[in-house]
Amino acid sequence: MADIVIDRVVKEFGSFRALQEVSLTVNDGEFVALLGPSGCGKTTLLRIIAGLETQTSGRVVIGGQDVSDLAPRKRGLAMVFQNYAVFPHMTVFENVAFGLRMQKASQADVKRKVERAAALLHIESYLDRYPAKLSGGQRQRVAVARALAVEPAVLLMDEPLSNLDALLRLEMRTELKAVLREAGTTTIYVTHDQTEAMGLADRIAVMYGGKIDQIGSPLEIYATPATRFVGGFIGSPPMNFIKVACSGGTARIGEAALPCPMAGKDLELGLRGEDAALSPNGSGIPFDVRVVEPMGSHLLLTGAIDGQLARIVAPPTAKVNAGERVGLNVDPSRVTWIDGSTGRAIARA
Amino acid sequence: MPARTSWIPYALIAPSVIFLAALFLVPLVQTVWLSVSAGDGLSLENYRRMAGDLNFALAVKNTFLLTLVVVPLQVVLALAMATMVTKLDKGRDLVLWVLTIPLGISDLAAGLAWLALLQNTGYLNSALYALGLIQGPVGWLSQETPVALFFAIVLAELWRATAIVLVILIAGLQLIPKEFAEAAEIFGARPWTRFTRITLPLLKPSLQSALILRTVLAFEVFAVVYALGGRNFPVLAGEAYVWQNDNQNYGVAAAYAVLIMAISLAATAVYLRVLRTRPEQLP
Amino acid sequence: MTTTAADLTSPAKNRAMALPSARRLLLWTGLAVLIAWVLVPIYLVALGAFGGRLGVFRWPKSIWPSDLSFAAMSQFLAIEGVFNALLNSLIAAGLTVVFSIALGAPAGYALARYTFRGQNAYRLLVLLTRAFPLAILALPLTVSFIRLGLYDTPFGVSLIHTVLALPFAALVTQSLFMGIPREYEEAAWVFGCTRFQAFIKVILPLALPGLAATAIFAFVISWNEVFAASILTVRERTLTAYLLRILAESPLHYRFAGGFILIIPSVLFIFAVRRYLFAVWGIASK
Repeated sequence: MADIVIDRVVKEFGSFRALQEVSLTVNDGEFVALLGPSGCGKTTLLRIIAGLETQTSGRVVIGGQDVSDLAPRKRGLAMVFQNYAVFPHMTVFENVAFGLRMQKASQADVKRKVERAAALLHIESYLDRYPAKLSGGQRQRVAVARALAVEPAVLLMDEPLSNLDALLRLEMRTELKAVLREAGTTTIYVTHDQTEAMGLADRIAVMYGGKIDQIGSPLEIYATPATRFVGGFIGSPPMNFIKVACSGGTARIGEAALPCPMAGKDLELGLRGEDAALSPNGSGIPFDVRVVEPMGSHLLLTGAIDGQLARIVAPPTAKVNAGERVGLNVDPSRVTWIDGSTGRAIARA
Repeated sequence: MPARTSWIPYALIAPSVIFLAALFLVPLVQTVWLSVSAGDGLSLENYRRMAGDLNFALAVKNTFLLTLVVVPLQVVLALAMATMVTKLDKGRDLVLWVLTIPLGISDLAAGLAWLALLQNTGYLNSALYALGLIQGPVGWLSQETPVALFFAIVLAELWRATAIVLVILIAGLQLIPKEFAEAAEIFGARPWTRFTRITLPLLKPSLQSALILRTVLAFEVFAVVYALGGRNFPVLAGEAYVWQNDNQNYGVAAAYAVLIMAISLAATAVYLRVLRTRPEQLP
Repeated sequence: MTTTAADLTSPAKNRAMALPSARRLLLWTGLAVLIAWVLVPIYLVALGAFGGRLGVFRWPKSIWPSDLSFAAMSQFLAIEGVFNALLNSLIAAGLTVVFSIALGAPAGYALARYTFRGQNAYRLLVLLTRAFPLAILALPLTVSFIRLGLYDTPFGVSLIHTVLALPFAALVTQSLFMGIPREYEEAAWVFGCTRFQAFIKVILPLALPGLAATAIFAFVISWNEVFAASILTVRERTLTAYLLRILAESPLHYRFAGGFILIIPSVLFIFAVRRYLFAVWGIASK
């Protein structure tokens, strides 16, 4: 087991700066998800930690040892790849045993550890098969078993579930969480899927444009996004941003008034769709409904607040029609205020 | 990959670079040098001797004529074959195997195979005799029958080297998504229109490489011609061979080599220009 | 690459079903003519090779085999120099295989896995070889080969044949290695392999069938080459050079025997690599 310290890591590809001074500390046994859209640098960061890519500057320290210049094989880690990278010319057993064989473990040791990893991931029954005969989900299990068999200090996972279909992804996600909790390995998990990150991680680092925008527990990130990007990226529907004028500590939208912070000129109200409730008498923030989408568990209302696009979640039984104007009640303690000029959230009082 | 390992690719390509420099670039320069050096200094003496040779004009004419007749016919034949084969379902692999057999056959062997067919007491004459068209063995491959000899060579070249065009075109056809033709079909394009408006333009890169390959090889044509007609049908590469091996005159042989190279390069340049595909037009 | 055959068949399926029977008949007639066009000359040269001296001059000929025997063939093989030429051809082709793989595969790997300065210059060099009639380069090499003692040896012939086969090998192995996901290699590194170990344990086994196909192509290129082999040998001729030399003076049935021997390996090789044919040429003609 080991902690990971990423210290001001920069990566440049020619003149393009893929990572700009990223720093991150992952505690021993912690599960951290790197979450962000494609091209945000999350995979590059993971590959730098693995040693598959060399940083332009900065250090990577694993378990107190600076591994910045070490080859991947000397870093004491294991990795699960996006396309699994399960070797097609080896049986499942040999795949799982691969890392142990490279460590020159004894035959008995290999057998014992492979069987344990296989049992953990329920792949005992096809240890002697070749990967070509396995389904995507089964290959995924083999890839995880191969990584866990070496009992790594650090486990890196690069979008391991993105090639599975939706149902299987949900199933594997639950199982992965149980297995990794049991193993207690320090894990860094790259994904662009917010539900995966929210469901699995102890902490989430949201990356955007080669930087970490925010790092925190899933609930923190959801409830108090640090930037407009984080608010818009996390949550479904994404957070709404409404430009409002704030004077004297009060922002007025229609007849409704909300207390607002004084800082900044271009103030934006960050409002989660589920933090607004339909008012029974049409009072509150006026919302012009354009489209009503019944989603089963809720109604998704798309429309405009003060002429700006907004999405609001309403109870499935609510009586709302397209073209109607409704009123929204908002709890001032649950809104986020964004400084429009910087895109950063204004600290709460 | 990382900067610290950047020497690896150079180490990997170095052996082949050295090899190609020594056995491709050096001889290339040597050939040019050899062709312009006679006696002590630089001169065009070798070229003068080449051009003054009795067979020269004939060899130039024959080589060009062969190329101009053979290469277009091969492309048309290969396109027809490819179109037929893509319509197949059962037996497709077997048919393809048979049609590509000549790909592995040397030009010399091809010449000999057609010799068996076309020689005086060969199968063509036997068939003609059986049909009552001729009274006895007739020579087709002698100096007195240049037209028949020419067609014999054309046949042998078509037989041998259409396969390579076929393979390149089929490889190219595989890269064209069939949705394009289907979309055209839905918009009402008939098979011939689909072929000329969809398939052919998308096949242009493959056609280009097939044409370059075949044309360069057609200008070096040699063994087929020798197997069928000996020196009765002079061609450029054959003259180079004679000057080198029989006359032991390396200078004139080099002049022929330079001429063949110049023609090949010019043909390649023409193909690259005429059949260029702009990258944004590729699927 | 293993899916080539399957890829070939699937898109044709619907179309073939839809063809009306009259057009199917036409299609198969056309194909039968083409197949005959390919096979008949081979059949006839085989008849010539096994028909012996009498067979060659029989008039008029029947296309059915009669009084075939191995006598003509074994007589041909017993001629002074024939067996030696056959041996030289095998040696030259074998060496060509070794050289073109040993030099071409590392280059193909470098092109597939690394981005480096000079990459395009290298690719240009390789493609440039295609615009030149390479066998012609044997002409000036005669002098240097005599000086180096390479003249009139199968080794010398294999060098010039490697110039023919090497660009091909580099391009084909490049796409071969590109077809093997980089992640396999990276997984091997992460799980404890050095670069070399990863190549041997993971990449090589996966590339082996494709490498074998490339090797066979290199063999055929050398086996069939006539011009350079004829220029660079006098006594230690390869089979093609030998046959070319004796064309004028040898009896017809010997020429047919020689032609037949030349054809046989080609037919077998094309059969062996048929699954790779289109993948390989799709790449090599890019």
